[in-house]
Amino acid sequence: MQKTFTISVFTENVPGLLHRITTVFTRRKINLESFTASESETEDIYRFTIVVKMNSREEVLRVVRQIDKIIGVFNAFIHEDEEVVHREVALYKMPTKTLVNGKLENIIRAHNARILSVEPEYLVIEKTGRHDETQELLQKLKPYGVMEFVRSGLVAVMKRPYSLEKYTQKEPAVHS
Amino acid sequence: MTTPSHFPGKLPGQQNQKQRPAKQVITGAEAVILSLIEAGVDTIFGYPGGAIMPVYDALYDYHDKINHVLVRHEQGASHAAQGYARVNKKTGVCLVTSGPGATNLVTGIADALIDSTPMVCISGQVPRHLLGSDAFQETDIIGITMPITKWSYQITEPEEIPWAIARAFYIANSGRPGPVMLDITKNAELGTLEYEYQPCTHIRSYIPVPETDPHALQQAAELINQAKKPYLLVGHGVLISEAQQQLRAFIEKTGIPFGWTIMGLSAMPNNHPLNTGMLGMHGNYGPNIKTNECDVLIAVGMRFDDRVTGNTDFYAKQAKIIHIEIDKAEIDKNIKVDVPLLGDAKAVLQKLLPLVEEKSYPEWLQEFRECERIEYEKIIHHDIHPSSEGLHMGEVIHLISEKTEGKAIIVPDVGQHQMAACRYYKFADTDGMVTSGGLGTMGFALPAAIGAKIAQPQREVIAIIGDGCFQMTIQELGVIAQDKLPVKMVILNNNFLGMVRQWQQLFFDKRYSFTELVNPDFVAITQGYGIPAKRVSTRDKLSDSIEEMLKSEGPFLLEVVVEKEANVFPMVPSGAAISDIRLE
Repeated sequence: MQKTFTISVFTENVPGLLHRITTVFTRRKINLESFTASESETEDIYRFTIVVKMNSREEVLRVVRQIDKIIGVFNAFIHEDEEVVHREVALYKMPTKTLVNGKLENIIRAHNARILSVEPEYLVIEKTGRHDETQELLQKLKPYGVMEFVRSGLVAVMKRPYSLEKYTQKEPAVHS
Repeated sequence: MTTPSHFPGKLPGQQNQKQRPAKQVITGAEAVILSLIEAGVDTIFGYPGGAIMPVYDALYDYHDKINHVLVRHEQGASHAAQGYARVNKKTGVCLVTSGPGATNLVTGIADALIDSTPMVCISGQVPRHLLGSDAFQETDIIGITMPITKWSYQITEPEEIPWAIARAFYIANSGRPGPVMLDITKNAELGTLEYEYQPCTHIRSYIPVPETDPHALQQAAELINQAKKPYLLVGHGVLISEAQQQLRAFIEKTGIPFGWTIMGLSAMPNNHPLNTGMLGMHGNYGPNIKTNECDVLIAVGMRFDDRVTGNTDFYAKQAKIIHIEIDKAEIDKNIKVDVPLLGDAKAVLQKLLPLVEEKSYPEWLQEFRECERIEYEKIIHHDIHPSSEGLHMGEVIHLISEKTEGKAIIVPDVGQHQMAACRYYKFADTDGMVTSGGLGTMGFALPAAIGAKIAQPQREVIAIIGDGCFQMTIQELGVIAQDKLPVKMVILNNNFLGMVRQWQQLFFDKRYSFTELVNPDFVAITQGYGIPAKRVSTRDKLSDSIEEMLKSEGPFLLEVVVEKEANVFPMVPSGAAISDIRLE
């Protein structure tokens, strides 16, 4: 039985790292469920959030150690679902005429979603939540005719404290 | 991810610069050469071409400082750089052009990664403004080599050159060594910069040598001190960290018998009383059997390759395993260990030495000697003193070993002859073995022997090559001829791809699918290059022929026609437990 694991990787912001990290998975034929990158709270340090389905934490650890040794990677952490707070964002584009009878509004309200923009032809609904929540809303909206649907990768923050302090020392000057 | 704007302006971790006095303004191409000299490079293996021509032009003025070896194919450059690096502990350097020049290095880069060999490869690249336009001889060599390099970087501005080269050498030859790829666009070669070189000594996202846990040291020492049947495995890490003395002190104090992997060969003299031989698929009988009988297994600088472990479900299950290893990613990768000891082999052995007790295990050692007796009777005796008419690979290696007193650097290629060389050359000197262990690259030996000879000109370098392997890099005879390199070459010719044929015989019902070779006249080809060569096919002439080869002052090729269908034993069949090793 496969389990979902979230991996947080803290890195330098340099070209090529994304490729180096993904090849660690692709050469082992591990499919990535989701992959996002953004700045972190520390200047110049980026974080990747990777979601994979694998058999065991040991198996993930073997892969994460390969990521950890890439030059440009500071540290990589493995989390199971209960160890992180995580969210995804989904956007749903619907025909504007579906608003008319008020049913759609009820669904939006019941799912804690919101309308981002309304145009004569279409409106855009935004929902932030867990994967199953954005999926459930999609199912609810389908009968009204979903014109477009897109979901972001997962972002997650860790429940336990961590520190990148030892990595934030600057390197010696490079060149002038 | 957003497009990183790390350069120009700011390199990762770079501090703001203070004003400095004016510096010398030179071209990027000259900066490449000067930076290489600063990094301690005196030898380059390379091949010129369009996109690297400015660097070759700059090299023209520095040929008194850098010996450039013109190979005949870039793959030759990569293996020569590996051979050079392996016996010298210095970083091997390749210089090639873009496109095919760069892609021809790929096999050597992959080989260097898996065998932890320090190497810096520099390729030319089309000018920055043509990147991605499918320009002539443009290829994405950084993309291609990313999974097989320790680090790679595309230089697109001249100012980056000294920084990138300093960083490349630091990364290639620190921690667990490996290959680095630098791709330099032609505009960076032709442009100018204010040149200043600063060695790289620290990268904030890179920990070359992890700290050793003192608690784990205690645990390891306790296991070792309580062991009844301890066994130690010597890997390449011992040679890389130059821990030979520390290893000797450790095993002589603890009295623990040791075996070695192919990559660990020659870490100690073969005749050391605690040496039990080679591990793995074609290793010795005792080391394989006894790995599955010992109670404490100490692995030093090795990575439990599948050719060493056989089926991991049945590997040393009875033993507590201590793993001394510099690369954290190797811990528990193939074999779950009980006590990981992270760090450099030399330092870890030094720390462990005062914690272990002086001991000896005469009865346990005697069990290995009994295995040796069985293997000698069933295999070794027939290999080195055959009664059959055809010559055996084993007897050829045995004679070369005796006549060189085990002091040569042996560079075997890949296949049956490699196993014969590993089994029957008896090393008296350390750093005596250069071979492609992890990748098993046929064609490695001839160029690697060139690199080894250039690195250690005072030592005898003997390449042991099969007839299949020879034809994969035979063109490098041109380097030996042009540079008058006294490399000795022994071709063990059975007119077969011998190892594949052996597997076909044993596991594919003797269906010899495309393994028989119709070979050219190797002696005539070699003589065509102006290199003395000789063929021997009878036992009565073998000894004199080897003498003749060793006495010749320049290069020499000796082709030995060996028995067509001989097999290498012992053998652990693929997928079997190592204790199921077959003697016939």
